[in-house]
Amino acid sequence: MPQILKDTEVVSDNWIVLDESAESLPTGDILLSYEQWQNFADQLSNHSGSLGVWLEGHAEIEQLIEPLLDLPLIAINFPKFADGRGFSSARLIRERYNYSGELRAIGGFIRDQLYLLKRCGFNAFQFSDENELSDAAESLKDFSENYQVSVDQKKPLFRRR
Amino acid sequence: MYRYDNYDQKIVDERVAQFRDQTERYLAGKIAEEEFLPLRLQNGLYVQRLAPMLRIAVPYGMLSSNQVRKLAHIARVYDKGYVHFTTRQNVQLNWPALEEVPDILAELASVEMHAIQTSGNCIRNTTTDQFAGVAVDEIEDPRPWCELIRQWSTLHPEFAFLPRKFKIAVCGSEEDRAAFLLHDIGLQLVKNAQGELGFEVFVGGGLGRTPIIGSSIRKFLPKQHLLSYLDAIVRVYNRYGNRDNKYKARIKILVKAWTPEVFAKRVEEEWANIKDGPSTLTDSEVARVSSFFTAPAYQDIDSIIADQSLTAQATENNAFSRWLERNTERQKQAGYRSVTLSLKPAGVAPGDVTDAQLETIADLSDQYAFGELRATHNQNVVLTDVLYSDLFDLWQKAKQSGLATPTIGTINDMICCPGGDYCSLANAKSIPVAEAIQRKFSDLDYVYDLGDLELNISGCMNACGHHHIGHIGILGVDKKGKEWYQIQLGGSANKNASLGKVLGPSLSRDEITDGIEKLLDVYVENRIADESFLNTYQRIGIDKFKERVYASNS
Repeated sequence: MPQILKDTEVVSDNWIVLDESAESLPTGDILLSYEQWQNFADQLSNHSGSLGVWLEGHAEIEQLIEPLLDLPLIAINFPKFADGRGFSSARLIRERYNYSGELRAIGGFIRDQLYLLKRCGFNAFQFSDENELSDAAESLKDFSENYQVSVDQKKPLFRRR
Repeated sequence: MYRYDNYDQKIVDERVAQFRDQTERYLAGKIAEEEFLPLRLQNGLYVQRLAPMLRIAVPYGMLSSNQVRKLAHIARVYDKGYVHFTTRQNVQLNWPALEEVPDILAELASVEMHAIQTSGNCIRNTTTDQFAGVAVDEIEDPRPWCELIRQWSTLHPEFAFLPRKFKIAVCGSEEDRAAFLLHDIGLQLVKNAQGELGFEVFVGGGLGRTPIIGSSIRKFLPKQHLLSYLDAIVRVYNRYGNRDNKYKARIKILVKAWTPEVFAKRVEEEWANIKDGPSTLTDSEVARVSSFFTAPAYQDIDSIIADQSLTAQATENNAFSRWLERNTERQKQAGYRSVTLSLKPAGVAPGDVTDAQLETIADLSDQYAFGELRATHNQNVVLTDVLYSDLFDLWQKAKQSGLATPTIGTINDMICCPGGDYCSLANAKSIPVAEAIQRKFSDLDYVYDLGDLELNISGCMNACGHHHIGHIGILGVDKKGKEWYQIQLGGSANKNASLGKVLGPSLSRDEITDGIEKLLDVYVENRIADESFLNTYQRIGIDKFKERVYASNS
């Protein structure tokens, strides 16, 4: 079974990313794209496993997020690691829409972004390259102090120092 | 100036450790080249034509003598004995070894310095007026606000991977000495009718390929909302800025495409959601940061007597008088002046300074200027708070070290990027052009007669040498593998900022100094009374200049 980083642990991942060409839902816990989630709308209520939805980093969060907020998993795709739009999307989902389920980074992000991703509200990380996850987890501890407000720190440093 | 507490020190130390680990993993082949690229850029490390280049942050240009001594040490031990002051008040090393960069960063951290976000697509060093705190025309000292912005922008979790680089400048005075209208965000400190402090906010200025003057999107932002408003601007940019084409990725392109009005509306909508949140600045934090920028222990000076003695010294010594006239500025504090130490002697790349000179600068600062100094965007160094009675001694010592070239604000005080001698982006060399101009116009009487004249040289259209805002701008271009130089006229970075207009076909390296001389001849022949080059150009237009420069070619 593939593994991911969740919180600070390496864990097995039982979510199935639904194939682009899928015509029906398999059994189990399924991660659908936003388009699939819309297309399969009439089958979703009968599905026995859990459902999650992945969004592109540049998705118009304000326009589509509300129906997704009860899902146990929302994922944000990084088409490439230099595309920083997913950082803003994650903060919006956590801070403006108070989503409390699993927020997972997927796609082309890299280990050296983990600390910042975590601060923006991601708590799970599914690398496209799955090697050395426990080494990568070290990067979650790059810093022990920050100046700004973030999802995991509600007060800026100037309100704490 | 600002001093680190344990929190600031910890963050910088942890950044050094993070970069050391990244460098080790890169050297061990565990980080791919394209992944290491932004990681090293975000710590100021470029790979250049001849060697790596490390850009060290000098937040809003402020340095202590202690920090300057450390720079001298680093230049000597890790580099070839000199450093380069940039047009964004930073310092660059031209020859560090990649393997040693973590050690250099550790040395810097030991004196409260770093290279965080001096490059890459993130929020860069915030810049301001080199005369902050002493300028006669100051509305409010911009430095506490620069420091608050420095802390807010340092390792900001959301904005490390923006569409493109992002630069902020703060102006606290009537006159603009920070080119703030040519930054992604320009902040002008203002007071409203009730006397409350705030900012007029400009966005979308910038040089580069598409030079644009910033647009005002908010007339008055109460000061406590500074950080949340910046968050709103940068969030809108991060989400909607162009990421497909790096030449269309700066915020100025988005502001232009949407119009400043629509951009302002989007920012206000975003801001409405985060306004009054925990990022709202507290009075105690503003007071804490401001307390680092208090006045030094000024003596109570009889300014009439001080003035008389200085005038007497100047009358006796013509060289001192020239230097006093060009290289010193009055301050709002009676009996003190600011001194610009010139890094523009002929024959040296503008902004370059040796380790020994850095140590002299540190000593002069300790002896005469309360141990502080400032880097300027004109690539010089300023000592503030110098007693009138110390100026003569300071001048003599500065002169011995080659730091007293009396040409500040003249044609020979040019802004110049490293150009094709060092930079891998450059299309043409810029340093030899600067040198040729300085050698051609070496007669000081002639240079003084020309008066205030800003000549800016960039080796490519990325415009690090700010050629668009020089009264005379020179842009290096590549034509079929040969270096050519385009001349622009009429640029200006003051509050009525204007962008230069292209004079005509570019000139070869051999033709450029003669071309400049012809421009100056037209100015001298046409000026009225003590009219400046820029004012004469604005009055008579570009045609007369054009006719003269290209006359012999037709």
